[in-house]
Amino acid sequence: MRVLAYVPLQRLKDFMASKTVVGEKVGMTQVWVDNDHVVPVTVIRVLPARVLRRKTIERDGYEALQVAVGVAQPSKLTKPVLGQFTSRGVEPGRRIMEFRLDGSQELGVGSQIDASMISTGDRVDVIGTSRGHGFSGGMKRHNFKGQGGSHGNHKKHRAPGSIGACATPARVFKGTRMAGQYGSERTTIMNLEVVRSEPERQLLLIKGAVPGPRGAMVVIRDTVKSGRRL
Amino acid sequence: MKPTDMLDQESLKTDIPDFGPGDTLKVHVRVVEGSRERIQIFQGAVIARNGSGLGETFTVRKVSFGVGVERIFPIHSPIISKIEVVTRGDVRRAKLYYLRDRIGKAAKIKEKR
Repeated sequence: MRVLAYVPLQRLKDFMASKTVVGEKVGMTQVWVDNDHVVPVTVIRVLPARVLRRKTIERDGYEALQVAVGVAQPSKLTKPVLGQFTSRGVEPGRRIMEFRLDGSQELGVGSQIDASMISTGDRVDVIGTSRGHGFSGGMKRHNFKGQGGSHGNHKKHRAPGSIGACATPARVFKGTRMAGQYGSERTTIMNLEVVRSEPERQLLLIKGAVPGPRGAMVVIRDTVKSGRRL
Repeated sequence: MKPTDMLDQESLKTDIPDFGPGDTLKVHVRVVEGSRERIQIFQGAVIARNGSGLGETFTVRKVSFGVGVERIFPIHSPIISKIEVVTRGDVRRAKLYYLRDRIGKAAKIKEKR
């Protein structure tokens, strides 16, 4: 087994994505591939995005791109937010996002980011916010079995059971799985295949499921792990 | 109306004949052998139609050399080149799974007239 104890700084970019797009989850369906098998896909509509600002090492201490995503009515934005767009002559967006990309220098302020950056057959990571289930019990959140429906059980049908021992250790261990907020957290699904990219319609068809409900915003980047060697 | 309909539209076939459970079909199946492609016909009775839209399937059952054979086809599958309706059956239910337990004359489906 190899121990990855120390990664030299210049190699950090081995783990950086080089392209990123932002999209909206449309829903899931299936497509036929090679006329003989069917593939489950998530349809993602890519939102128009423009580079708003480039963060530099000299000024900000790290390199990144600030991107305006989507389209927003200027009258619906506050002046401080609107000022960020107008001062750079960029069309106002619904959201401002920041991406740390390898090779971000190539994209100047105002340049467009769209579906044509991702092509068919690419491997991508999809980042989104998972569906919120609210405060959920152990059965839903951690797939606990629950307890018996009968045999004298009384009001403990969905309870988690024991959460620890007695006088030793006389406490509940940290990280013990219990009820709590489930979902609505940032989730990354790695190494998904792009079954089809349609720049004309700004659609991406990604094999498998991606986090979040329909209409949720997801970030798609080229995968940072697959096929890489240290 | 589903949001993904605009995409599904391209994969939907338009040349599917009207058929239902009890009908006898000839399903023309594309079979690829190496580089050659030929058409194989699977003839039997439709015993079920399942699902809707792009994912709809139908089950065809035939008895071949005394052995019951069932194939489930996705109705919009590109491997189906043609569906031919041979006879219309007169049946009273949507799923004809009871045919599996019957042999010989008992497994016969009445023809619609």
